[in-house]
Amino acid sequence: MTTAATTTAAARASGLTKVYGDGEMAVTALDDVSVEFPRGRFTAIMGPSGSGKSTLMHVCAGLDTATSGSVYIGDIELTALSDNALTRLRRDRVGFVFQAFNLVPTLTARETITLPLDIAGRKVDEAWLDTVIDTIGLRDRLRNRPNQLSGGQQQRVAAARALASKPEIVFADEPTGNLDSRASAEVLGFLRHSVDAFGQTIVMVTHDPTAASYADHVLFLADGHIVDTMDEPTAERVLDRMKGFDGKGRRS
Amino acid sequence: MLRTAWRSLLHHSFRLALSALAIVLGVGFVVGTLIFTDTLNNTFTNLFQDTTSDVVVSPAQTMGDSQQIGSVATLPASTLDAVSAVDGVANAAGVVLADGITIIGSDGAVLGTQGAPHLGTNWVDDPGLTPFRLTDGVGPSAPDEVALDSVSAEKGGYAVGDAVRLVGTDGPFTATLAGIFRYGTSGNLAGATIAAFDTAQAQTALLGGADAYTSIDIVAASGVSQDALAASVRAAVGTDATVKTGQQAADEAASAVSEGLAFINVFLLVFAGIALFVGTFIILNTFSMLVAQRSRELALLRAVGATRGQVTRALVIESALVGLVGAVLGIVLGVAVAFGLQALFGAIGAEIPNDGLVVAPRTVLVGLIVGVVATVLAALAPALRASRIAPMAALRDDASLPSRSLRVRAIAGAVLLALGVAGMVAGALEGGGSGSSLVGLGVLAALVGAIVVSPAIARPLVRTLGFAFPRIFGTVGRLALENAERQPRRTAATASALMIGLALVSALTIFAASAKASITTVINQVIGAEFIVSNASPRSPIAPTTAGQLAAVPGVAAVSPVAAIPAQIDGAVTAVVAIDPATFGQMVSLTTDAGSLADLGTDGVAVDSETAQSQGLALGDVVPVTFVEGAHDYRITAIYASAGEFSGYVVSRDSVDALGMNPSDRLIYVKAQEGADLDQVQAGLQAAVAADPTVQVQSQTQFAEEITSNVDQVLLIMVMLLSLAVFIAVLGIVNTLVLSVAERTRELGMLRAVGALRRQIRTMIVLEALVIAVFGAVVGLVLGVGFAVALQRTLVDQGITVLDIPWVGLVLFLVVAGVVGVLAALWPAFRAGRLNVLRAIATE
Repeated sequence: MTTAATTTAAARASGLTKVYGDGEMAVTALDDVSVEFPRGRFTAIMGPSGSGKSTLMHVCAGLDTATSGSVYIGDIELTALSDNALTRLRRDRVGFVFQAFNLVPTLTARETITLPLDIAGRKVDEAWLDTVIDTIGLRDRLRNRPNQLSGGQQQRVAAARALASKPEIVFADEPTGNLDSRASAEVLGFLRHSVDAFGQTIVMVTHDPTAASYADHVLFLADGHIVDTMDEPTAERVLDRMKGFDGKGRRS
Repeated sequence: MLRTAWRSLLHHSFRLALSALAIVLGVGFVVGTLIFTDTLNNTFTNLFQDTTSDVVVSPAQTMGDSQQIGSVATLPASTLDAVSAVDGVANAAGVVLADGITIIGSDGAVLGTQGAPHLGTNWVDDPGLTPFRLTDGVGPSAPDEVALDSVSAEKGGYAVGDAVRLVGTDGPFTATLAGIFRYGTSGNLAGATIAAFDTAQAQTALLGGADAYTSIDIVAASGVSQDALAASVRAAVGTDATVKTGQQAADEAASAVSEGLAFINVFLLVFAGIALFVGTFIILNTFSMLVAQRSRELALLRAVGATRGQVTRALVIESALVGLVGAVLGIVLGVAVAFGLQALFGAIGAEIPNDGLVVAPRTVLVGLIVGVVATVLAALAPALRASRIAPMAALRDDASLPSRSLRVRAIAGAVLLALGVAGMVAGALEGGGSGSSLVGLGVLAALVGAIVVSPAIARPLVRTLGFAFPRIFGTVGRLALENAERQPRRTAATASALMIGLALVSALTIFAASAKASITTVINQVIGAEFIVSNASPRSPIAPTTAGQLAAVPGVAAVSPVAAIPAQIDGAVTAVVAIDPATFGQMVSLTTDAGSLADLGTDGVAVDSETAQSQGLALGDVVPVTFVEGAHDYRITAIYASAGEFSGYVVSRDSVDALGMNPSDRLIYVKAQEGADLDQVQAGLQAAVAADPTVQVQSQTQFAEEITSNVDQVLLIMVMLLSLAVFIAVLGIVNTLVLSVAERTRELGMLRAVGALRRQIRTMIVLEALVIAVFGAVVGLVLGVGFAVALQRTLVDQGITVLDIPWVGLVLFLVVAGVVGVLAALWPAFRAGRLNVLRAIATE
């Protein structure tokens, strides 16, 4: 599993289809989507509500299963894995940042950051942890619990948690959805920095053009299809592109 | 608001069902107890109504409970003749009914349960004069015939025509089974065995052959009222006999039974109260959690214009509905509980006649009120707290209830606890009756105090008890501990059910162990005899020849028979113990404060120091004693310290014989020769009494074991009843865990997303339950030990001199509590493991 000979992508999916419900009620969230997330790059997935962007991320991250098609993280095929194997894969190779910060209220910031490692029973790489903590700039808040941190600080802790286990890929689901613009900038700056400085692979779902502008590459989804891509995005260009989707939302 | 309440009820129906179950159990037990005791009262009332004649004549001189001591007061046959001649008497029958006929089963075992009488009677054919109804065969009409109650016939394996082995007051004999009967509608009379003979044989077997009766039953001629007839009979028999109308006799018998039942009633209701109390905690817990979970919804109601009162009312109505449903189901369960209690009492020997259960309207009403009121009270505090949610909280993501400081509770609880402990200490120092009530109040205060204070101590205790979790289970263990600490109120309330249950169970267990140890110690210290020969049916005496046979057994150094004779001293009926002063000293060593038991002679009486003190008696004082057969003035020659069951007045056998009495032996002590093989001696003694199957030979140890086994039996019943509290505790833990899993859905989802395996989630939930259960158990055990120590110290004067704490048993309770916690967690843990990760982390 170390020799990733077949691909340079950190994760890829081919022919992904996801249908919710059946019969008359069936809703196709993803319709034969194929995508690659290149190693060491920051990819943003954009699209209006109901475009299938969250579903795409969930399926690629092993949180949800596809109706058909295949998903690889590194060179591991996810569709064949048992729940335990999937869980271990998420634990060891994937990092997550959620919109609702999803911190355990009883854990301090430091405990939160090392949680996936602790659950796995793995030794904490102290040097790496120091680097991550310095990057999020919360060294003096490590002993605080979530309710003693601001929203932006909580999300930075969540992001540090995602990076602590040196995952192959980090999935961020609307990480700035609950933050004001200043806190958003802090979090996004941290994500950008981790790509530039550590070569981290990040996939971020967002509907915010400013957030997308931090990425190297943007995928636009609409009605379950990838309808466009954009390299070197800026907030203005993304916003312009997004205007074309208005009023086509179906589900979130 | 009613509609909102109803909707919400349906929406949370599953969670409420769990808490309603607690109410169902509590109400079920209360209702079951009421139905059970009503049924008992009713059956016995009916039984006595159906089975008594119009007028009953009984001997005037009844020495209290004299049947229990061994002598029976009788009416001479002439009284029957006098009564029969009275105008208005249609029919009169002499009845012989007394304890003293033991039925031996076809397998050689003694029939009947310990403590219940072994009745013998004469057969009266006239159904108006007898409560017995033949179900098979005919009434006994010859001296060698017998009729048995149907329960005894069945248990003994006898059919009509079989030879039945019996033991009467003059030894064993055999009779042919002529018929089988029931007592009214019941198989027998509350566990007593009944053997009926023809009148002559009954007089021989029970009254030593005297032509006499224990009572005379009369049927009135038509048109003669019970009262009028009683008056004329009273005039005919004079002061020699007591005359009662059938109604009076029935009422007296029924009220005597009711008094006995009142104890059972109170006893059961106490347990029902405990069950309900514990159940109320679960309701309180459930509503607290539901309100916490719904704080956003409630705040939204407030934001759109609901007043505080409306929010509170909605929750109270919701709880009332839950209480109502729980109470109705509880009443249904109560019927089942009543059946269960009947079976339980049947199993321990008291067969209860079954005329159908009595479900009084009062019972249903009590069940409904108790269920609804308990639920509403439990829901009131969370409801009031809910109404304080600020409307604006609805707009924030983290709407939560204002949590109050634990300080008030900590202080109030500590004060109550301190008062309780002070009460227990004071009571223990004082001892006796007033000490006992002080200890009782102290126990109650300490228990309530502990419940109040427990949230304040939950956090440090949980951390201490679960110190090993993080080391053994890593992060999962740490998370479990932190979850248990997170809501100390909830943890404490959940644990309180187990706490109460275990406090009571452990206190009872320690107390029982102490009682047993005290008895054994006294027997070891006091009894020097190696063997004790007694009658397996405690009210039947031992044949007069037995002592001589035992003395002849090789290896026996001495035998010393003891008799107990009913007598009146200073107006009160008591049992006077008659001993052989020459040999008694070798068998039983009593410490004398003054004089000597060896000096009793024919005029001396020994008395224990407490009796001497209460009666103001001193050495040399004269004590007039009236026996059934005569009276004698005794002089006090010894004052001894009572030890265990050795207390009261003791006289010499010779002095009793001199009065022309020939009391039969109750007990024979046997001293073995120095160096004799005790097993061989016991075998020899057993062979010597083999002819009489009811006489048993026990070694000192066996004797002590038999006495202490009664303690075990009582303990077992109490523990069985208390296990209900433990069962409710399990429900409480399940409830709390299910709710906290629901509350922490998103958190659990995140844990799963970042790599916690299902197994790890399950372990976490199970560990949380384990530490909560152990927390409750530890506090409960500490309380229980305290209660038992206080109780034992208080009752030192009543003979509970030894404190014996069965540590192994207490550790076992702790283990059981842990297992209970783990079992309770299995299902919630399974649910938590099955949580859909996506749904768990999805934003609302």
